Amino acid sequence: MDNQTQKPSENLNIVIVGHVDHGKSTLLGRLYADTGSLPDGKLEKVQAICRQQGKEFEYAFLFDAFLEEQEQGITIDTARTFFGWKGRQYIIIDAPGHKEFLKNMISGAARAEAALLLIDALEGVKEQSKKHGYLLSLLGVRQFAVVVNKMDLVGYRQDVFDGIEKEYREFLGQFKAVPERIIPVSAKLGDNIANRSTAMPWYTGPTVLDTLSLFKKEAARSEQPLRFPVQDVYKFDARRIIAGRITAGKLKVGDHLVFSPSNKRANVRSVEAFNIDPPPTEGYAGQSIGITLDEQIFVERGEIATHQKHLPSVSTAFRANLFWLGKRPLERGRKYQLRVANKEVDCEVATIHRIIDTMDLAQQQGSMTVNKNQVAELTLRTKTPVAFDLSASFEATGRFVLVDENDIAGGGIVTELIHDDQEFLREEARRRDFAWVKGEVGVEDRARQYGHRAAIVLFTGGRHTGKSLLARQLEGRLVADGRHAYLLDGENLRRGLDADLTDEERGQTDEMARRYGEVARLLIDTGLIVVSTTNPFGVHYKEAVQAIRTLVHPAPVIAVHMSKTSEEPPPNTDIVLSGPTDLDHATKQIMDELKSRGVLAEAIGAKPTFQYSI
Amino acid sequence: MKHLRQLEDQSVYILREAYKNFDNLGMLWSMGKDSTVLLWLARKAFFGQVPFPLLHVDTSYKIPAMIEYRDRIAREWRLDLVVGQNKEALAAGMNHTLGRVACCTALKTNGLKQLIEQKGYTGIILGVRADEEGTRAKERYFSPRDKHGDWDFRDQPPELWDQFKTTFPPGTHIRIHPLLDWTEINIWEYIKYENIPFMDLYLDKGDGTRYRSLGCAPCTTPIKSTAKTVDEIIAELRQTTVAERAGRAQDEGRGMELLRKDGYM
Ligand SMILES: Nc1nc2c(ncn2[C@@H]2O[C@H](COP(=O)(O)OP(=O)(O)OP(=O)(O)O)[C@@H](O)[C@H]2O)c(=O)[nH]1
Ligand SMILES: [Mg+2]
Repeated sequence: MDNQTQKPSENLNIVIVGHVDHGKSTLLGRLYADTGSLPDGKLEKVQAICRQQGKEFEYAFLFDAFLEEQEQGITIDTARTFFGWKGRQYIIIDAPGHKEFLKNMISGAARAEAALLLIDALEGVKEQSKKHGYLLSLLGVRQFAVVVNKMDLVGYRQDVFDGIEKEYREFLGQFKAVPERIIPVSAKLGDNIANRSTAMPWYTGPTVLDTLSLFKKEAARSEQPLRFPVQDVYKFDARRIIAGRITAGKLKVGDHLVFSPSNKRANVRSVEAFNIDPPPTEGYAGQSIGITLDEQIFVERGEIATHQKHLPSVSTAFRANLFWLGKRPLERGRKYQLRVANKEVDCEVATIHRIIDTMDLAQQQGSMTVNKNQVAELTLRTKTPVAFDLSASFEATGRFVLVDENDIAGGGIVTELIHDDQEFLREEARRRDFAWVKGEVGVEDRARQYGHRAAIVLFTGGRHTGKSLLARQLEGRLVADGRHAYLLDGENLRRGLDADLTDEERGQTDEMARRYGEVARLLIDTGLIVVSTTNPFGVHYKEAVQAIRTLVHPAPVIAVHMSKTSEEPPPNTDIVLSGPTDLDHATKQIMDELKSRGVLAEAIGAKPTFQYSI
Repeated sequence: MKHLRQLEDQSVYILREAYKNFDNLGMLWSMGKDSTVLLWLARKAFFGQVPFPLLHVDTSYKIPAMIEYRDRIAREWRLDLVVGQNKEALAAGMNHTLGRVACCTALKTNGLKQLIEQKGYTGIILGVRADEEGTRAKERYFSPRDKHGDWDFRDQPPELWDQFKTTFPPGTHIRIHPLLDWTEINIWEYIKYENIPFMDLYLDKGDGTRYRSLGCAPCTTPIKSTAKTVDEIIAELRQTTVAERAGRAQDEGRGMELLRKDGYM
């Protein structure tokens, strides 16, 4: 009792996992009962229910609260329970072992800092014993103890225990997981739970209760380089507060921050807080904070702020290990929403490399789908570039979930960055942006003066589809409305900026697109709405468009594709015009798109959505 | 007090996710200690503001001092207070003598459902804690409710790391539970640490009794206690082995499981 009256100094989350019926809930009930942690009358109440139903008393019923769980004698969903011991407040999560409820087990294990994995001494190592062991490692739960339960059913024999220990250690060794301890117990009879067993003198290690104290609170991630994902941007009063949770490292007032993937930079002016006096000047890993910046740059939810020395990866592809929980199988080529930290972006599965059988870790190749509860290695490709890390270096920014329609249907960890074809241009843009010399006039000042933000309207399509005509009309319309727009024709670069190139060089899309993109980027920085056609790139417009997008990022791109027949437009096209086009109608469509993207109308309110920023 | 800050960081994160993802959001406020801490956490998360309405489902049987406290805090903190009431059921004479579960269902569950339907809320933030009773221990931070407001506890969505269920079919809504990880002691520790104004019904004012949990007057009984300060409450809770909701009548038998399945808080 004394232990609970102590003030807790820290919290630790623990999950109990293992195969169905191996005794997880019983162990938890016993732990509470044997340490006097149950509220008055709870034990008696459960005993009465059992008597009424003519059943033997089960410790498991203490936490299997649903009628259905008690009737069937299994746990359906995880229970969060609270346990105070030796100056620590534990949240112990009892997970279900039935494979039907794997998604619940994973939900419980995902927030644990340590785990107890139970194996029934009589049944031995079973399917879910292995799957749960493997998943703990995938979920990043590195501290765990193996508990060999029901020793009473095998006469408390050491050779049985040794056999299970050997078999399971071998399995864990294949993915380099090492248990903290392996403990022989009988949950039902209370051997080695809170009290040392007299039936197993051959075991001299700690009890389950002692083992809890051996688990360490995760060493502060504050020592790592900074990762501060932007959760939201608030403008409730004069302050523009960037809110989020630091997932690694620390920051302080005066620090120079870089936001990826937009490459925007500014210094931390203040750390904001409510009811903290004096106000903080620093923030650490784990904290939900808010900061203001010394410059009015616009950043969006999903970007990751870091120090310039340790930038995250930015790409449109990565390789990952994933577990799938979806009601329908994961399919190659199908679209899903990817969430990494606070970023949400459309993605598709480019390749399913292999399915991993968690029974024997055998690998099966050539599959087009991943079924419910399977684990797979795959490559994901995103619609726009995302900032992320390898999970081996940064836990929180190195893992993700996939959303299928309305449901979180899978989760995984990033194992490898995949270089995409925009890598070099992206690096060029990053270096250029970092070195960019700014004048006194900020983006916001320009936007206020001009009554619109900068953007680029990019027309694509084959020859003679009317691109030029529409581009001209749009430019005219914008200027007539008092907007600052400019038609950037590739022809005008050829004779001047590109005059140093040979004819052969001018035929190469790469360099021409790079130059075009950099000029567009400059014009965007002047606050203009750039109206551009891809005429100079002829049939190679698709590659050119990709390069231009990378170089003008993160300015809004309104992509309009024109064709005589219906054909596949380049990826991320906003407006498709096929067949004969009514120019007035098309112009209006584009104007509407500019409005809805926040270019023509400033959308700053109590709940601002910042479409983009420079 | 590191553990309180850890709890606060997680709750603030959840509140900010809720605000970002739900256009029509409301927070239930019963003026009890939990939902008042929740309200305080919202002010933390949004730097002194509460950018969504506070909903009070008024059963008409609340202790009068609670209503005074509600209106005073709402004025001082400039809250957008929305009060809902199941007027039909009250007009038809609903009260606890007609059955506790029936009364809670009519006045609280259905009162809340009516309010949700009228105002079209898609996200409701509530101050339930996992340590209150067994079915709450099995809740998610973001917990979907179907078209009838019912909870399908057999098939809850996965919740991975800090990624929550924030998209849902039309007509359904999500219950958001930022206080799941807090215990009753944590609530009082935090009230003290942050100096949050709370109702003095929780304190003994000389007659040797106080309320441990506040509900409707007929169904909540005070406990024997001489705790006159928050410190004394905390000391008392560290010693006690009596369940918090022992004074709440609807928790008896399987009452709570049935109520919550139908959409009770
Ligand atoms: N003999 C014996 N029986 C045990 C022991 N531990 C648990 N049991 C019994 O095993 C059965 C299953 O126990 P539970 O605790 O419900 O198992 P569980 O792992 O929680 O099951 P799920 O949550 O459904 O996966 C119950 O009938 C328990 O009484 C033990 O140490 N010895
Ligand atoms: Mg169980």
